[in-house]
Amino acid sequence: MPNKHGRFGRFGGRFVPETVMPALLELEDAYLKLKQDEVFQAEFRHYLREFAGRPTRLYFAENLTRHYGRAKVFLKREDMLHTGAHKLNNALGQALLARRMGKKRIVAETGAGQHGVATATVCALFGLECTVYMGKEDMERQALNVFRMRLLGAKVIPVISGSGTLKDATTEAIRDWVTNVRDTHYIIGSVVGPHPYPMMVRDFQSVIGEEVKVQILEIRGAYPDYVVACVGGGSNAMGMFYPFRTEPGVKKIGIEAAGKGLDTGEHAASLTQGKPGVLHGALSYVLQDNDGQIIPAYSVSAGLDYPGVGPEHAYFHDAGIVQYAAVTDNEALAAFQRLSRLEGIIPALESSHALAYLETLMLKTQPEQTVVVCLSGRGDKDVQMTARLLEGAV
Amino acid sequence: MTKITAALNKQKENGSKGLIVYLTAGYPDYETAFRAVLAASEAGADAIEIGMPFSDPLADGPIIQKAAAAALKGGATTAKTRSFIERIRRYSPIPLAVMTYINTVLQYGSEEFVRDFSAAGIEGLIIPDLPIEESGSVEPVCRKYGLDLIKFVAPTSTEDRIASIGRQAAGFLYCISVAGVTGVRDVDYSAIGEVVQQARRYSNIPAAIGFGIGSPQAACRAAQHADAVIVGSAVIERLMTGGVDAVREFVETIRQALDGRGI
Repeated sequence: MPNKHGRFGRFGGRFVPETVMPALLELEDAYLKLKQDEVFQAEFRHYLREFAGRPTRLYFAENLTRHYGRAKVFLKREDMLHTGAHKLNNALGQALLARRMGKKRIVAETGAGQHGVATATVCALFGLECTVYMGKEDMERQALNVFRMRLLGAKVIPVISGSGTLKDATTEAIRDWVTNVRDTHYIIGSVVGPHPYPMMVRDFQSVIGEEVKVQILEIRGAYPDYVVACVGGGSNAMGMFYPFRTEPGVKKIGIEAAGKGLDTGEHAASLTQGKPGVLHGALSYVLQDNDGQIIPAYSVSAGLDYPGVGPEHAYFHDAGIVQYAAVTDNEALAAFQRLSRLEGIIPALESSHALAYLETLMLKTQPEQTVVVCLSGRGDKDVQMTARLLEGAV
Repeated sequence: MTKITAALNKQKENGSKGLIVYLTAGYPDYETAFRAVLAASEAGADAIEIGMPFSDPLADGPIIQKAAAAALKGGATTAKTRSFIERIRRYSPIPLAVMTYINTVLQYGSEEFVRDFSAAGIEGLIIPDLPIEESGSVEPVCRKYGLDLIKFVAPTSTEDRIASIGRQAAGFLYCISVAGVTGVRDVDYSAIGEVVQQARRYSNIPAAIGFGIGSPQAACRAAQHADAVIVGSAVIERLMTGGVDAVREFVETIRQALDGRGI
């Protein structure tokens, strides 16, 4: 998977203007060659280890485990990765690829700013020119990350079209790429977009699940019973789930953002509430009206605030390989505080969605079982906004 | 030969060039858009491209984005656009093509969309985010209902792609003048001119150059390399600032320029 047309079952594909089709074919060709290239793979592993700080720890959350009194809870500490989130895995892989392809300029979109920071970081590292598109609303929500990107030498362009969030930043990044396709590589931040992006980003993020496999065997001598990860576009979840896709004994659960509640219409639960459709070049589940107009998503977490989802998740959903559920803003905010208090770890609001699902999941587990949660990023970026939301409560 | 091809070929026989005018359905409202279509047609357009508003038009620049967003805000829907086309058809025989993004077609149902919109009176369908690799679900139903599925070539298209696209071309070949989105700018049309030359080896369908054409002068420069030109953002800009009369006047000056009757 995917097949040569970039399809995961019926999902995926390349629904893009002719102008960028040759670039996608060139990219696919280059990537498939480098995937087999030992020198490239060694180079990628080198930067993951020496620059990013991999492997990240699989941490036994003793207090959280005691709190629930059921299965043992482990946290995959992607929050400990350089720049503070799993996004760097993919940004490093794609920047190395762009360098091999002779592209001098990088364009990216960002929601919470973590992918923008990761991209700006690798561009600084490899001397590439970097332009990041970010929704105006997100720039306000994540002012600190905007400053970080600028500090790293990136140009951050506010996007005011549409709803001014991740969806519109992605559309604007694609427009830039269509315009400058000859010398520019588009580092898409999630397992979304046209083929070969969902496959490529998945491969670069699979290091998460591959490490968990080795680490959990070492600690527990068996694979986990459950792996849980949050899903916006779905890159940290795909990185966690993909290596376990053929292990039916490992139950994989993806958590979407239910925003203010699934029945309010203000959420970002594309898989739970959307219909198949085309957004940003791929056929997947999309929040849309009966005419196929895209409905803006809503979530307290800028990184999950996206009305689509990666096409391989759509396939996993329909094939029953992964189960998907959704938690609300309030549940995520409670989990954000819970982990901070219990474990001394402030999680990203995105990752807090996965943690919030423990409230439901743990009741079904037994003490001899294990649950691994992907702690995809750290919460420093969210402190300012959550302080506003939780004023009086903290 | 289809109606769109015939209309563009007629200009060729006259020693002139074809003119395709783009207007957004429901912008600024359906009534004004209807009068703008008739005005453009009377002013010398050979075919009209009706843009169906979409929430995320990734091939479009700021002007057409703005028109689409305003149309949607004003209540534009696929069903209303279909009635709008039926109404135009009752008043004018001008060839019509609908330009829309693939998701609006998929949600309506590919076959149902093609069936209902050809019944409403269109001759062509233009889907900028449907490259030939993905057209398998739409192409057969277009053939079944006698609709031209318009294909694109771009300055970035490789020779083998130009060959496959050229062989599948119907109605006219949409030649994107420059890498990028729609919108007026200075363009060197010789790059797409070379692509047109290559495409002619595989197809005798008229070639129309679009994207960036903002004036009668630019239309003439582009037309040197093709059989027709497509003017969109510049027309919408006239509609935004001067209404239907400004559209009529602008289309007239382009028609005159293409006919060699002075700029």
